[in-house]
This record gives sequence, C-alpha cells and structure tokens, in this order.
Amino acid sequence: MTAPSSAGTPSSSTAPSVPALSVSGLVVRYGRAGKTPPAVDGVSFDVAPGETLGLVGESGSGKSTIGKAILGLQPPAAGQVLLHGTDITRASLRQRRAVAIDLRVVFQDPYSSLNPAQTIGQTLQEPLRVLRVPKEERTRRISGALTAVGLPADAAARYPAQFSGGQRQRIAIARALVCEPQVIVLDEPVSALDLSTQAQVLNLLADLRDNRQLALLFIAHDLSVVRFLAQRVVVLYRGQVMEAGPVEEVTQRPGHPYSIALTAAAPVPQPAEQARRRAAREALGVGTAGAAPPPAAGCPFAARCPLATDICRAERPPLVPGNGTSAAVACHHAGEAAGIRLPGVAA
Amino acid sequence: MTASSGTGPSLTTAAGPAGPPAAEGRRRSRLPRAVRSAGGALSAAWLVLLLLGSLTAPLWEPYPVDDQEPLHTLAGPSGSHWLGTDQLGRDVLTRIAAGSWISVGPVLLAVAVAFGIGIPLALTAAEHGRWVERGSSRFAELLLALPSVIILLAFVGAFGVHPWAIMTVLGVLLSAPVYRIFVGQAQSVRTLLYVDAARVNGVSSLRVNLRHVLPAMATTIAVQAAQLFAIGILIEAGLAFLGFGPSVPSPSWGGLIADASQSVYTDPWLMVPTGLVLALTVIAANVLADTVGGERERERKRAAAARRAKRRAARPVVAGGTAARPASMTAGPVAGTVAAADPDALLDVRDLTVAVADGPALVTRVSFGMRPGAVLGLVGESGCGKTITARALPGLLPEGVQVAGGSVWFAGRDLAGLPEHQLRAIRGREIAMISQEPMVALDPVFSIGYQLTQPIRRFRGVGRAEARRIAAELLGQVGITDPRRVLRSYPHQLSGGMAQRVCIALALTGSPRLLIADEPTTALDVTVQAEILSLLRSLVKTTGLSVLIVSHDLGVVADLCDDVAVMYAGQVVEAGTVAGVLGQPSHPYTAALLGANPHVAEGLPVPDRLPSIPGTVPAPADWPSGCRFAGRCALATAACADPVPATRAHGAGPGGTGIVRCIHPLSPRQEPHQAHGLPVPRPVEPGVTS
Repeated sequence: MTAPSSAGTPSSSTAPSVPALSVSGLVVRYGRAGKTPPAVDGVSFDVAPGETLGLVGESGSGKSTIGKAILGLQPPAAGQVLLHGTDITRASLRQRRAVAIDLRVVFQDPYSSLNPAQTIGQTLQEPLRVLRVPKEERTRRISGALTAVGLPADAAARYPAQFSGGQRQRIAIARALVCEPQVIVLDEPVSALDLSTQAQVLNLLADLRDNRQLALLFIAHDLSVVRFLAQRVVVLYRGQVMEAGPVEEVTQRPGHPYSIALTAAAPVPQPAEQARRRAAREALGVGTAGAAPPPAAGCPFAARCPLATDICRAERPPLVPGNGTSAAVACHHAGEAAGIRLPGVAA
Repeated sequence: MTASSGTGPSLTTAAGPAGPPAAEGRRRSRLPRAVRSAGGALSAAWLVLLLLGSLTAPLWEPYPVDDQEPLHTLAGPSGSHWLGTDQLGRDVLTRIAAGSWISVGPVLLAVAVAFGIGIPLALTAAEHGRWVERGSSRFAELLLALPSVIILLAFVGAFGVHPWAIMTVLGVLLSAPVYRIFVGQAQSVRTLLYVDAARVNGVSSLRVNLRHVLPAMATTIAVQAAQLFAIGILIEAGLAFLGFGPSVPSPSWGGLIADASQSVYTDPWLMVPTGLVLALTVIAANVLADTVGGERERERKRAAAARRAKRRAARPVVAGGTAARPASMTAGPVAGTVAAADPDALLDVRDLTVAVADGPALVTRVSFGMRPGAVLGLVGESGCGKTITARALPGLLPEGVQVAGGSVWFAGRDLAGLPEHQLRAIRGREIAMISQEPMVALDPVFSIGYQLTQPIRRFRGVGRAEARRIAAELLGQVGITDPRRVLRSYPHQLSGGMAQRVCIALALTGSPRLLIADEPTTALDVTVQAEILSLLRSLVKTTGLSVLIVSHDLGVVADLCDDVAVMYAGQVVEAGTVAGVLGQPSHPYTAALLGANPHVAEGLPVPDRLPSIPGTVPAPADWPSGCRFAGRCALATAACADPVPATRAHGAGPGGTGIVRCIHPLSPRQEPHQAHGLPVPRPVEPGVTS
C-alpha cells in the first residue's frame, strides 16, 4: 500500500506520477475575513491522470466555489492549486492562457452556458482562436468534437435556441473537448436535465472517461450519479471535507455521520425499499438543516449530528484514515459512526 | 384511485389531440422586430425620409432657402407653396426640409457621445468590480445632479451659439443616465455562464465585452438610443425656440416654431407644419423605441388574451355545471349524465384537454381521480404536461392557454366550467397550491407574519391578535421550532427549506381539502427534501389533507404517494398504485424511466452504461395520432400508429385498478430491460418476481 495522499487514500494509479490536479489547503472567502465563515475552509484533494473524482455536497458546501477557484473565476484567500505540478493558484489571465490550456470546464445550466447570439461553430472555435490554432486544424477539431458527443457536423451552423437542453449540454462538453484537454472540471453537468437525458449524457461522459485519458473533476449533489461515474469521491459540508475515499466505500459503507445522513436522505423509486430507508433515516436523529447556526469552531456538522459531544464543538476533527476502511473520515467519533450506519441504506 | 377505464368505450372512439394542429411557431418573421409592426415600420420610414430629404434638400427644394417674397407673407398652403410661407415670405416646406438636418444632426451627435462615453464606462465598471465601479458611479451621479439645461445655457453664454458643440456637451451630460442603465445590465450579463466560459477559455477582456456582453444588451441600447434621441430633439428645439439655436438666416425647427408663435393669433397656420414635424419626429422615435423593446407585441397579445377571456366568461353555463362547448371537443360522457362515477372521490378529472388558444393541445384527455386523504403523484419529464394539468385544476393556467375539453369534478362541482369569481372562492379555501420556488412565492417586501395573517383574517374572519396566534400555530404544525422569530423575519432571511415550510403553512391557512404541490422539493437540498416530504406525510395523516404532487423524481413519488399517474407527451400512459406501477411497470416508458435512474438496489453492481431512451420528446405540434411514444419504443409495431386506448393493466399491483395506454404492455413476468432491448440485466424491484 502506497503512502496515503492528502485525500487519505492510496493512489489508484500504478506509478506515483504527478497528479493531474492537486488542491491543498484551499480557502476561499466571499466578503471580509471574520465577518462570515469562508465558503471553502481548508480543502485538499488530488486527481490522478485519467481518474474521475466526485465532489459531493449540498448547497453551501463550497463545491461550486472550489470549481471556480480552480478555474480562476474566484481568487482564493489561501492555499494552492497545482495543474500537472505547476502552480496556477493566483495566475493572471495571461499566465493562465499559457499554462492552463488543458484545463476546461462544463457548467451546470445548459441554457445560459452558450451565447445565444453566436452559432455553435463560433462558440466552439473561440477557445481554438485564443490558442492560435490554424484554421484548417480548427474545422477538423470542431467536427471531431461534435462527433465525439454524438451531434451531427452541421450543428456548427445552427444557434443554441434550436437545440434541447440535453443537446446543449453535449455542445458544452464539445466545447471542453475541442482543445484536447487533459483535465475537465464539470460543475453539476447533469443536474438541470431530465432523467432520460441525464442518462444519455452520463453515458457520454462514461465513454469519454474510458476512451480518453481524461482527469475529470465531477461536482454533483447526487451520490448515485457520482457512484456511476467516479472512482473516488470527496464529501463536503460547509466548506470542509467530511469524508474522502473510493466511491464504493463512501457510498455503500459511509463512515461519517453526514455521509450516512446524505445517503439515507436520497429517495429511491422502489416503494418498499424507500419505506425501509425512511424508517431508518428517521431513527438516525439528524437535526434539521436550518435549525441552529453552525458553531464558530469545531466540526461544522456538530449542530446536527446525533453523535456530537463537547470536543466536536470545540476542535475541528482532522481527516484521517478510518478503521477498517480505505476512506478518510473527519470525525472525532468515527468508530461509533460506523455503528449508526444503516443496513441496506446506501446511495 | 378511481379507474378511468369506466369510460373505456368512449376512449376507443376518441380522435387525436383536440384542436387543429397549428402551423405557427415554425415560420417566424425574418424582418427585424422594429419594422414588423405597422407603427414601427411607419416610424422608421418617417425618420429615414426626414433625414434623406433634409440632406438632399438642395437638390429638390422648390425655392432657395433664403428667398423672400414680401408680397406673399404668412400665406396658407397653395399650389406654389405647399406648406405656405412664413412672415418674410419664405417657403415653409423648404425651410423645414433645410432645417431638419440642422436640428437633427447635432442631436445624433449628442446620442453618439452619450453612448460613446457611457457604455465603455459601464462595461469597465462591471468588469473590474468594487472600487472602479464605485468611482465611476459617483462620477455619474455627480453628472446626473447637474441641471442640464442651465449648464447648456451657461455654455452658450461663455462660448456663444455653436449647435454641434452645445450638443456635445449635452451628450456628455446624458452619458450619466446611459452609464447608470447599462452598468446594472452589464453586471447581470456577466453573471451568465457563457461569459464565465469565455473567461475560462482565456478570451481577452476586450473580446469578452465586444462578443458576449455587448450583444446581450443590444435591444436595450436600441431602445435607449431612440428615447434619448427624442429627448435630445426636444432640448435642441427648446434652445432654438429661446433664441439659442443656429443664427438667424439658418432655419431650425425651434426657430421656426418661435417665428410661428409670434403670429399665432393672427395667422395660426404657420404653427401647424412646424409644430407637426417636431411632434411627429418625437413620436416616431418613441414608437420605434417601444417596437424595438417589444412592448407593442406584448400589448397586442395581452389585448387578444383579454378578448378571449371575455368571450369565454360570457359563455352560458348550463345547469349541472357543465359549460357548453363545441360538440367536436367533448367525445367523452354525454352532457346531462354528469354524475361523478365515484361519489367518494374528492377529485375526479375526466378527459381533461388543455390547449393553447388557436394552437396545439398541450394535454389531451387526461383522466385520474383521488380519494380524500390520498396522495397522488403526477410524474413525467419536462414537456409532458404535468404542470399544465395541475394548474388547470384551480384555473391557474397562463395567458393564452385554456381548458378545451373534459371536466374537473371537485366535491360535486365541475371546476372547468366555473366563472372566475366562483373559482376564486375555491382557491385557497378548498384547493391550495405550493410551487417549486418558495423564495419567489413569498413577497420579499413583507414580513412572514404579515403574509400569514392576511389570508388567515380573510379566510377565517378573525382579528389581528387571533390571526397571529393561529399563524404561530400553523408554523408549529409545519415543523418550525421558533415561530415567533420566523413571524418577525423577512423571506430573504430564511433558508430554502424554511421558506417552503412557510409556503406550506400559507397553503394551510384556508384549511384546504386538496393541496397541489408543483415540484415542491426540486429546488431544495436532498436532506431538506426528505424533511419536507416527512412533513407532508404527517400533515396528510393528521389533517386528512389530500395531496396532488407533481414531480419528475420517481424517488419522491415512491416516498410520498399512494397512487401515481405517469405522463408522457400530454397523456397519462400508466396509472395505478405506487407499488404496482413502480414495482411492476406495464408501460415501456415507465420501465425505461426506472431503468434510467442511476440508483442501484443494494447488492447489485453498478451498470457499465445506463439504459437510455433514444430520441427526444415530440413537441405538441408534432404529436402523432397513434401512440406518442412509438417513435422511441423498442416494442413498437405498425398497430401503434392507430390511436391507443387506455386499458386495464393486468397485475397492476395490489388494488388491481391500474390503467395503461399501450397495446404491448409489459407482462408481469417480463423483465423491463427486455422490453426496450437493452442488455442490462437489472430487476426493477429486488425480490419481486411475480
């Protein structure tokens, strides 16, 4: 077993190579320090080349903010972002253009992520123009990207309004692929889609994951989607990492009380199973989300946690490998948490 | 759940969707919006004609500009002088034409200067955030505080009358309101994701502004330019009227009006052409602004919808509660035998058809029913018509959409034919509604206490103190632990989950019998969603409330509902108990939906690929007369092109009262994955084999 990486899990790649994307000690604040708690508070994780990492959390967890900080849309207050070992944390736009040519993004909302006044072809060639790719090469790459996402090549002449939500999301993925990147940040790419469209786009992402050596940072709120697509997952709550590890471990045998609550809360479309889950979830006794403000120090989940004690409210628990599990958990009572885990209730 | 198969025979004779298919929506006008309407076209034509006529005046003017005819002063229109002559005998038509460019030209310069300063300043401020934006906004506010006409007069006093220079100064002063309007718009456009995408792509900031931010503001720019132009014309004419226009021999509109006003009591005709040309130009500019901004189209649509509503309300209401409708629309139960099939049903929807006025149907012949105290889920993807169906029940359809057939029996009355004032009495008191966005549903200006006590006082007729007590009680009933604090709060101080609880409390103020919940948890986190669903379940148990929940999430339906109706392309394709439909789906679409869900039951491996349905949902105008899912269904045969009746579903779970609209329904023993030909061996409900 190789030494644990900062996510607390042994690296899944066979050779200790430079991680495609590495985030350490990231702190991002909206507004002045001291007034409100930071949106992202000391988050660290690595994405190995060719690996898909899921970043899961609810609203306020900071997952989208982490994505923005990595992309340079939100300057971090502290911490480091390394792309293939190069520090891009505070790179200016010009520096970023040179270094981050293979860091691309797919956003959540298919309706506002494409400029309605430009054709698909113009949207897709914009990043290529910035990279000074010659014209003939541009056409080849655009048609290659459109084919890779399952759209006809003549789509390049049409406007976004002529496509459905699922097709627009494919175009957004094509825009990320057209530069042949190595790392793609996907910010909730399927959350705004219908179930059947979501399945189509997830299959497409799975194809890309398997056929190209892409490192994907997949930000989502749905654990079952992350379980389908990712190999490892990081669970966030209020800007801090609660649990991190292989996706099967975290989703099937969650080690942190919040992960347990999260997996228990998602409803499943089988009535009998859902009734069992509901009874088990209600027996858990996790507090309501808005009931009490989070404590200023200590574990952010302490106000709602059924296992919380004084140390939880005073001291922030470190992220350490759990007992008998290959996932890392940030909990003072990690051992008991495994005890309240609900049988038959998983993502 | 009442079975709609009681009306089986009539369904087999049903034609396709009610209403003629519409050809509109596909062929949109290619003309720019400004000239699509008569007003816009005329205004544009007038302005163009004016400018062209003025610039080419030397070529066609009947008389030289300064040519005086002392013997024909202040004459009315005649063959030789079409618009008469002024007090020195000069031809009015010539002077107006020559003066047009002199008056209008500098105003165009003023507008150009205003936008030339205001827009780059706005774009820069929007891009560079706090300190730059503060600086430029204070500068703009300073300019706005200055009295513009007085500054112009001071300028004239200092430098003399130079129309182009004066208008440049006006342009600088007008750049402040331009900046104010566009800085807000630019900031909001910059929050759109495609601007973020361009920035991530490394596009330079100049290009981001030119290619992405500016085009999004194009309509506002056109509208504001037209309005500023109108204002500028009036200011310029005003200055010329006061004597600060171009020097005496040169004609200008303001000068002409000044001349005309001197003889208005003795020879009033002169005022007519001079005043008219100014008024028409200002009106044309404003009409153009309205047309480009789309205000005309909206007003026309609103007027047409109001006329339709009036016609609808004026239709005679037949005794028994069924409004008279064209025979072609009702192929269902004959009017006259209007008793509900199930006297115990709280809600009985029969063959409900909702259509766009003069357009395609959005929902066709939907039928379902609810007992008191039951929870029914309307499930489907976007575009299936579930929200329209839910909103049709209390008569809350959007403008232009109306009920075109069928009946909605609620507690013995047909809501579909009721006039608005009777529906208003039912809404809130017997049927309440909560929707997807709780923050939007609550008025941000009033406190929660105010918003709760108002309906309580209206419905229950109690005083303010008593209403407040009831409000606190209701908040307790919806699981809010500190009602007093919440009553004092404003909506923006609440989280999404709390706001939805407040909306549920609002819905309960009238003690309704039926609660319609339109995707109530879609915008909430999953842990908050679980709490809201538990709350709804406990309310059903304690108060006997019936809930109709519209959702796209089958898990929500499985958690909360007793019965479910699955909708696809405006029809109910399967309905029954939740255990029956979700445990043993009969319709291929239901099975496909369940298969596309990424959740896997305990102990089963995660599939390599999710079974997905090829193709997309057809639009209402493209619905075939047969099965609407046939184009995407692996089991479709030639027989599916004929209209498909709703039949009793065999093995539809414990209750056996399910229906399915399919001629190849899945048998209970058939694995769903075999139904749509995909190689994924996943039983839908583990442990259920028969």
